[in-house]
Amino acid sequence: MRQAFDEMSSTDGHVRPAYETLKQWLGGVPQDVLNHRRKEAEYIFRRIGITFAVYGEQNAQERLIPFDIVPRILTKDEWGRLSTGLEQRVKALNMYIRDVYSKREILKAGIVPEDLVYKNPAFRPEMNGQRVPHDLYVHIAGIDIVRTDPDTFYVLEDNARTPSGVSYMLENREIMLRLFPELFSMHKVAPVENYADDLLATLRSLSPQSGHEPNVVILTPGIYNSAYYEHSFLADKLGVDLVEGRDLFVKDGIVFMRTTEGPKRVDVIYRRLDDDFLDPLAFRPDSVLGVPGLMSAYQAGNVTLTNAVGTGVADDKAVYSYMPDIIRFYLGEEPLLPNVPTWRCREADHLKYVLEHLPELVVKEVHGSGGYGMLVGPTADKAQIEKFREKLIADPANFIAQPTLALSTCPTLVEKGIAPRHVDLRPFILSGSDKVRIVPGGLTRVAMKEGSLVVNSSQGGGTKDTWVLDA
Amino acid sequence: MLSRTADNLYWLSRYVERADCLARILDVSQRLAYTPVTYGGSTNEWGSAVLTAGVADLFTERYGPLEEAKEEQVVSFLAFEAENPSSIRNCFEVARTNARSVRTALTSEMWEVINTAWIELRNFPNRALTRDELSRFLAFVKETSLRFDGATFRTMLRNDAYWFSRCGAQLERSDNTARILDVKYHVLLPEKEHVGGPLDYFQWASILRSVSALTAFHWVYRDSVKPWLVADLLILNRQMPRSLAACYDNLARNLDDIASAYGRQGPSQRLARSMLARLTNRNIEDIFQTGLHEFISGFISDNNKLGAEIKEQYLT
Repeated sequence: MRQAFDEMSSTDGHVRPAYETLKQWLGGVPQDVLNHRRKEAEYIFRRIGITFAVYGEQNAQERLIPFDIVPRILTKDEWGRLSTGLEQRVKALNMYIRDVYSKREILKAGIVPEDLVYKNPAFRPEMNGQRVPHDLYVHIAGIDIVRTDPDTFYVLEDNARTPSGVSYMLENREIMLRLFPELFSMHKVAPVENYADDLLATLRSLSPQSGHEPNVVILTPGIYNSAYYEHSFLADKLGVDLVEGRDLFVKDGIVFMRTTEGPKRVDVIYRRLDDDFLDPLAFRPDSVLGVPGLMSAYQAGNVTLTNAVGTGVADDKAVYSYMPDIIRFYLGEEPLLPNVPTWRCREADHLKYVLEHLPELVVKEVHGSGGYGMLVGPTADKAQIEKFREKLIADPANFIAQPTLALSTCPTLVEKGIAPRHVDLRPFILSGSDKVRIVPGGLTRVAMKEGSLVVNSSQGGGTKDTWVLDA
Repeated sequence: MLSRTADNLYWLSRYVERADCLARILDVSQRLAYTPVTYGGSTNEWGSAVLTAGVADLFTERYGPLEEAKEEQVVSFLAFEAENPSSIRNCFEVARTNARSVRTALTSEMWEVINTAWIELRNFPNRALTRDELSRFLAFVKETSLRFDGATFRTMLRNDAYWFSRCGAQLERSDNTARILDVKYHVLLPEKEHVGGPLDYFQWASILRSVSALTAFHWVYRDSVKPWLVADLLILNRQMPRSLAACYDNLARNLDDIASAYGRQGPSQRLARSMLARLTNRNIEDIFQTGLHEFISGFISDNNKLGAEIKEQYLT
């Protein structure tokens, strides 16, 4: 693998303009001061309880995501290009989902193979012919971006169900402002604090009824969910109720919440619960997290669910590989943000290529997430590769493969001082009935281990504050 | 507000209050247990600690009869054991679980008290504590409840969330005071022999200590410790924040605040008012005359009934 692109300095030691001040500052601050501030940040995170749960680990029920105090910087131009591309992508995603659940023109045109829709476990036949407010399905999207050189940002993944991480984006900024106020006086950093206002405005714009202030709630699976902190954080920032399934009930097709003053009607539910668990009458009957009858209230148009039911049909990794064509089909435009070249193992010639090149490729499950169940060829040993080969041959349609990208690196504080570590970026795109809103930046995830390309928090990845410079 | 949120706030405060009460009970038992036998008499303080904590059945199931209860058993059972749903450790666990579920209804100061206590709890060893360690532990528990109440008082908006939280604390507190009286009422009865002996003094003083009221007693009555005055202080005296009357003063007021915010009175307001009336305009002689024990057990059962009414009216 070739030398990765570092966002601060090029190989000849030349520092990119956006990082000049930061680099100088880093050079002037003793290592132990940095270490001390990092500990302070950790202490604050722990004390205010910003933790996440790792599934399948008994004693580590609540863990901190490592926070790196060195910010990641994007220029105004870079962000401008990114945000236009993101808006384009999300627009196409929404049009695609609408089409899949109505006329299916894209299938008729032979652009996307039918079985990618009909055999997709995230496809919801209940949504066929169902109109949703303003034809919007993905109101809150998280699009994962990686960078390989000064000019190339790839979309790595679309998250169109319940993308998480935005609380870290906001808390990281908050902590940076507390710990390094001097850095903010040296840089003109675009604010992210308005995200909560933007989200609330977006959610309100989606209310099925007009004429009164909509009652917006956030629906959480509860405190044992890995992202519970984020759910409660958002409810707090938005000033809306954080409800669990048992707080809601449906009567005569209307959703109510149980309050100390009796039932109160609910208009918009920002649900952080997968489709499967939403309504035991419509989906998994064993779900105790959902609300019986919710789906019928939704189908009657009496409540808005964000994101809509069935958006998963657009964000698995097999559909991903068709995104450039999807954008061209609905918008008649070239994609502004390219896809990472992707081999679909469902196609015989692609599979052949992948099997011949496993040690160089990253192979992912079509429906996987969180960095689970993937093969990173260059860092895997022979036995792992052979084991994966068997899985791949047994069910090729379940996998896609991509070249191992040399993800860009950013300066990061590690044991030995400041060193480059690989990063990605998850911006959050809000689509309301009035407009699309994107706060500048997003969540930068960083692989804390040297050379590692896996940035997922479940795999030990950390996060950074992301700065978009205003000038 | 969401019924579940109100329920969580109410129980969060109840559990913090309960942990505080347990710490006091252990504190006093320890003191009595180390008092010379000639003064302490033959009563088993550790057994009555279990009785006061209201977990006698569970305890006997695990360790045998109360009369033979040993210090290590009682300390471990009331403070740490997971099998005892009301152990201090469990109180803090449940308090934090509740706090996590209603983070948005708590101020960050309140959350930090609970979360920090929960983290610190892990620093206490999971074995029998030395006497020093136990003292430190009990001080930590009492300090946590002080900080929690302080954070609540200083930072919370005065709205339904605050009132439900206070109702929980007051209901738990009056239950605790009543149970202390229930277990010890016999030493307050005038017909007891040897009244005024050193044994009685230690018993009376220990009742006062268990509600942190020994100093207050002297300020209020400017008299030596007498059993009917102890009963008066803990039942009828509104100056005393742990007295039944003071708790019901607060309960009736908080419930009224809720009712006027919601524009509707209900069964819990009516019951709280009638209980408050029972504690107002009475003197302690009346209560002794009609039977202290009957009065206390009647109170405990009505207090539980109020808990059930609040639950029915608001929390489900």
